[in-house]
Amino acid sequence: MKRLFIFASALAMSAAMAEAKTFVYCSEASPEGFDPAPYTAGGTFDASAHPVFNRLTEFKKGTTEVEPGLAESWEVSEDGTVYTFKLRQGVKWQSNEKFTPTRDFNADDVIFSYERQAKADHPWHQYIPGITYEYYTSMAMPELIKSIEKIDDYTVKFTLNQPEAPFLANIAMPFASIVSQEYADALMAAGTPEDMNNLPIGTGPFKFVAYQKDAVIRFQKNPDYWGTPAIVDDLVFAITPDAAVRLQKLKAGECHLMPYPAPADIEAIKADPTLKLDEQAGLNVGYLAYNTTMAPFDNPAVRKALNMAINKQAIVDAVFQGAAVPAKNPIPPTMWSYNDSIQDDPYDPEAAKKMLEEAGVKDLSMKIWAMPVQRPYMPNARRTAELMQEDLSKIGVSVEIVSYEWGEYLAKSMEAGRDGAVILGWTGDNGDPDNFLSVLLSCDSAGEGGANRAFWCNEDFSKLLKDAKVTADPAERTALYEQAQVIFKEQAPWFTIAHSTQYVPMSAKVSGFVMSPLGDFTFETVDIAE
Amino acid sequence: MLRFILSKLLYLVPTFLGITIIAFSFVRILPGDPVLLMAGERGVTPERHAELSAQLGYDKPLVLQYFDFLGRLLQGDFGNSLVTKKPVLTEFLSLFPATVELGLCAILIATLIGVPVGVLAAIRRGSWFDQVSMTAALVGFSMPIFWWGLLLIIFFSGMLGWTPVSGRISLLYFFPNVTGFMLIDSLLSGQEGAFASALSHLILPSVVLATIPLAVIARQTRSAMLEVMGEDYVRTARAKGMPPYRVIGIHALRNAMIPVITTIGLQIGVLMAGAILTETIFSWPGIGKWMIDSIARRDYPVVQSGLLLIAALVMIVNLLVDLTYGLINPRIRVK
Repeated sequence: MKRLFIFASALAMSAAMAEAKTFVYCSEASPEGFDPAPYTAGGTFDASAHPVFNRLTEFKKGTTEVEPGLAESWEVSEDGTVYTFKLRQGVKWQSNEKFTPTRDFNADDVIFSYERQAKADHPWHQYIPGITYEYYTSMAMPELIKSIEKIDDYTVKFTLNQPEAPFLANIAMPFASIVSQEYADALMAAGTPEDMNNLPIGTGPFKFVAYQKDAVIRFQKNPDYWGTPAIVDDLVFAITPDAAVRLQKLKAGECHLMPYPAPADIEAIKADPTLKLDEQAGLNVGYLAYNTTMAPFDNPAVRKALNMAINKQAIVDAVFQGAAVPAKNPIPPTMWSYNDSIQDDPYDPEAAKKMLEEAGVKDLSMKIWAMPVQRPYMPNARRTAELMQEDLSKIGVSVEIVSYEWGEYLAKSMEAGRDGAVILGWTGDNGDPDNFLSVLLSCDSAGEGGANRAFWCNEDFSKLLKDAKVTADPAERTALYEQAQVIFKEQAPWFTIAHSTQYVPMSAKVSGFVMSPLGDFTFETVDIAE
Repeated sequence: MLRFILSKLLYLVPTFLGITIIAFSFVRILPGDPVLLMAGERGVTPERHAELSAQLGYDKPLVLQYFDFLGRLLQGDFGNSLVTKKPVLTEFLSLFPATVELGLCAILIATLIGVPVGVLAAIRRGSWFDQVSMTAALVGFSMPIFWWGLLLIIFFSGMLGWTPVSGRISLLYFFPNVTGFMLIDSLLSGQEGAFASALSHLILPSVVLATIPLAVIARQTRSAMLEVMGEDYVRTARAKGMPPYRVIGIHALRNAMIPVITTIGLQIGVLMAGAILTETIFSWPGIGKWMIDSIARRDYPVVQSGLLLIAALVMIVNLLVDLTYGLINPRIRVK
């Protein structure tokens, strides 16, 4: 009987297949909503910002390079504070049952998309009570953008309070997606503003069709797309939270591609002829941050000694199961300005022991904080901490491992006077080195509300970052960041652990998928062989 | 009978109030808060933290927050999710049918198999059937659901290819949500093969969810049967020369059913707990998975109102179970 069911559904499947090409992606999490501006999760953006919307600038596929999006071109003023964007003409808005656009994309949409996030008194700022714009705020847009003016229908001028080199990359991020003002007006008039978050209308390669909560999201190819149109006709997200089940679905042909396989399954996937596996170094870093304001960890020699006592390769092998490269710099090797000439501190327990003695440190006992959750940059913090504990005991340092609930861990690890070194990490937002170095290691971020968990404030290092931020020339910026990495290595505020590799398993029939260094999943270039 | 129902209903009021307190406190006792989790590794300044907390209304004293919550409940307002910003009740109602469909199938499987197995094991006490089935029940009862579900998927879906891996229906079927029950909606859609697809998707998750209740029901039926089989009236019936199937079917089973029905009723709570894991493994869009996600994100409104709605349902089911006793055993009505 069961066979009969399968047979019947297989028949229906092949009949439907002949009509349209449907690409099924076994996504890992449910989207929080479909308006990209209020959210921060990558899984949400994969279902909203990437298929449905566009931004003024876009990341060139497979890179972190910025290329024109809805802005065809731009000019930057001498002093780097005025950006004038020429907008693309003839870009059609999508339609749905409730809305048919009467005009193309223009400058009003751009101004609306930014002002609704920027201005607290904007009618759309709180279109759903309690909504907040976390990315807009945390990327410091409110402090950065002085004004946005419409010059004409297809020209928009952004004036900044100070020059900001990463600005063009920032506005390529999902939160800066351009939404339709006309659609917003129509929704407001109909008294259903919340549909902005339920039934998205964009300019992107796919149109939103339907979402069944926690189960399925359906998209359709946008035939009027301004760029290269999508190849498949339908795009379906089958939400499958468990990694082992996702793999079973992929093997059974229930989906074509999946994110985040379990590290233990990688070998089996490689061995399966019906599957293929794309891999790429992730834009991330896992680290152990000392409290550099507390003795004896305020002494760089002590931090260096501890770093030399820990066997990094053993952590990469045991915890990451080889799916990572050992980290020597705070930024990953795939990022521009990565300083490859830097030598990592060697694993040398004997020398480490000696260095500790020279620094006058005896019978050191310390805490290591292990995160309670798994993150892309750290599959198992507890195991990592245990390996560190073992290594450090060999040079006479006794380690106590502590952990807290995740929210508390994040808060407590940033409290001044924190006792112990913290395991944590970071995944890049926009591919700019500033998004790692300033956020995680600058003096500005060492205080309350920052993310500098080493509380490390090195004036020289911070000055280099500030200079780089207001320098437009990429070659000059590169030189400054390379210099900053040298200081980082000398001062050793962190033990840099690893940059984990990202894997994407897919059916062997899939072609054209491009992995994104930013961890996005986009499908307009994919095709399925019959 | 009416008085009996009314008195039972009156008991529900204080229980319900108690649950509002538990549901409200539970999520707040957990360390961490939604604002911290939203900010992630990036961190949040104390000012911004205070601003966001105030926006969400979490800066007020807990007692005030509780009465605020209670006051809104009385107006039928269950609050909005902090994550999706949608009304909790809307989300609950959209996900609930999936859990009910799965739960009903599971309890059906558990009862239809569990009761006969229990009866047979009792009649043939000490036989190989008794021993094998009761050992199997013990194994089933101690089975970790997550592992069991994955094992079935790998075997039946992966190796044999008999059943689909996960989801509620093949993605190629797309029809409007009418009742939320996939078996019914697939029939209403009139699409060929849709019902078969929905049914085939239901098999593995219901079997997994049914495993523990099935074991409990089989064991309970067996011991209840053994007890009544030793009663005087059963001996009398036998002595009168009544055929064994009548003795067992009418005299013994009907009396043994009372504790069994209690057990089945209590399994509703067990099912809810099992649904959390089963739904996660089988990507089943129900309220179990919804609750787990919301607890992880400290989505206070969803957790407190969701718990409340689930508790209210379990209470109503137990009330219905109490009422069925009356049908089976007239003496309870009089009491």
